[in-house]
Amino acid sequence: MKGTAAHIVRTLLLSLITLFGVSVLIFLMLRVLPGDPARVLAGLNASEDQVARIRADLGLDDSLFSQYGSFLTGLLQGDLGQSARTSQPVTQEIGVRLPATLMLAVVATIIGTIAGVTAGVVAAVRRNSLVDHVISSVAMMGVSMPVYWLGLLLILLFAVTLGWLPAAGSGDPLSIVLPAVTLAAFSTALISRMTRASMLEVLGQDYVRTAEAKGAPPRTVIIRHALRNAFIPILTVISLQFGALLGGAVLTETVFGWPGIGRLLVDSIGARDFAVVQGIVLVYAAAFILLNVIVDVLYVVIDPRIRY
Amino acid sequence: MRAWRRFRHHTPAMIGLGIILTFVVLAIAAPWISPYDPNAQDLGASIQGPSASHWLGADQLGRDIATRLMYGARISLLIGVLAVAIGLVIGVPLGMVAGYYGGWADLAISRLADMMFAFTSILLALTLVAVLGVSLQNVIIAVGISVIPVIIRLVRSSVLSLREEPYVEAARALGASNFRIITRHVFRNSLTPVLVHGTLSIGVSILLAAGLGFLGLGVQSPTAEWGTMLGEGRQFIFSAPHLTTFPGIAIFLAILAFNLLGDGLRDALDPRMRTVDGPAG
Repeated sequence: MKGTAAHIVRTLLLSLITLFGVSVLIFLMLRVLPGDPARVLAGLNASEDQVARIRADLGLDDSLFSQYGSFLTGLLQGDLGQSARTSQPVTQEIGVRLPATLMLAVVATIIGTIAGVTAGVVAAVRRNSLVDHVISSVAMMGVSMPVYWLGLLLILLFAVTLGWLPAAGSGDPLSIVLPAVTLAAFSTALISRMTRASMLEVLGQDYVRTAEAKGAPPRTVIIRHALRNAFIPILTVISLQFGALLGGAVLTETVFGWPGIGRLLVDSIGARDFAVVQGIVLVYAAAFILLNVIVDVLYVVIDPRIRY
Repeated sequence: MRAWRRFRHHTPAMIGLGIILTFVVLAIAAPWISPYDPNAQDLGASIQGPSASHWLGADQLGRDIATRLMYGARISLLIGVLAVAIGLVIGVPLGMVAGYYGGWADLAISRLADMMFAFTSILLALTLVAVLGVSLQNVIIAVGISVIPVIIRLVRSSVLSLREEPYVEAARALGASNFRIITRHVFRNSLTPVLVHGTLSIGVSILLAAGLGFLGLGVQSPTAEWGTMLGEGRQFIFSAPHLTTFPGIAIFLAILAFNLLGDGLRDALDPRMRTVDGPAG
């Protein structure tokens, strides 16, 4: 276990370095941005004096190095600066919208995991049957589907033609259904492909045949012996997918008018509100990195053979 | 040659290749196939449905959708191929160095890839386009950069396993320089995953670029680009769904085609993976 603990500490350290690197990258990228944030913040009718004062307040006249220094100091104190558009703290802007995005991503991950693993297991167990062909074809189409177009198609079918579900917004509890299903489609397809492949590899192994020969019921063999051993690559895909879902939420939220941080990002880019853009990218990156650490630890829990 | 035969008998791959070639022909021959100019407006035909004169209908400005899709194929294919070229030119050498030399080079390059991964490709591309400004050239650069981290990881892991191969050790024992070993032995033997993944990445790049267009941050109007067409047609979704349906089908088919082709290449070139992740049958 000592090796495992050391491995986790090492992973955490590397993750911190990565997160620090991301903060430098995004900081540098946005300082090259054309357009003067002070002028945007001051408004159209501001005098040159006012613009100059705001620029000084924001520290935009300082060197890049000292600007990054104060940015990092703020960051460590949980201060991400101020939105140029609304003059609200960035943390507050993000905080208000983050639960909506997280809820969407979590629901989509649950749908994708349950549907994807089930479809993949069925396809692998009934290899080369009609069911397998159908599942594999649908999965292929699923990974090729642009999420925004799928969203529009679902709106046309379920909101316009059938009138079963709301097309946009977030007022109605049912309004999460279409965006979550849209967002889950790609991961469902990908997880089912990965599950099928991983299961096929495991189903041919000796211990599975032994379990079968011992007379274990098929369900036990598939779930206890095969799926458990096939689960490491599946878990990797699911965790990577959660990151991709956060990214995909940018498009899905725009299609469905879902009030999350993905849409906030697009709006902020349009308004050149770079403090918010920077904050959102950092939140995304932190979530993604944290997730990778968790998965790394889960590997050890799921597969006792893994020791570092 | 066995690989070539396997590839030719791989039905899904042949379907994918057929779709891609069709798009290429339509893209090249667009001016001769269509009587319309992709940007010519005819407000009398605004949001008209499919008809004999406009096969796939006309958009909000009365432009012929079929014509715009054909010209749009030029843009999407161009973006897909050039973005992956950028990703390969930068990603392959970095992955090779990281995998072959290990140590500090590996640590630095792998951290760089991690950082780009943590951005997630769409955020990376979005932010880059926001910084660079929207234009065809900048979309290609932004999408190309977002391809890099995947290529780095792929090549790195492939080189890591090749480094211990007997023929590499033999070359080293014979006194071959590192440069020669990398370019002659390691590079050639990691070509298969690079080719497969490069093909799949073309589809991913087209998808990403169309997503930027959909958000209004891609190739700008009036240039016919599939994602931009879809994004602009969105406000007519209730009255004229064909404005979004046909560009959607075009994007879907293009990505499907590169996915089918990529899978087929993997099945043909790497028979070991075939039993595992091949198509059913």
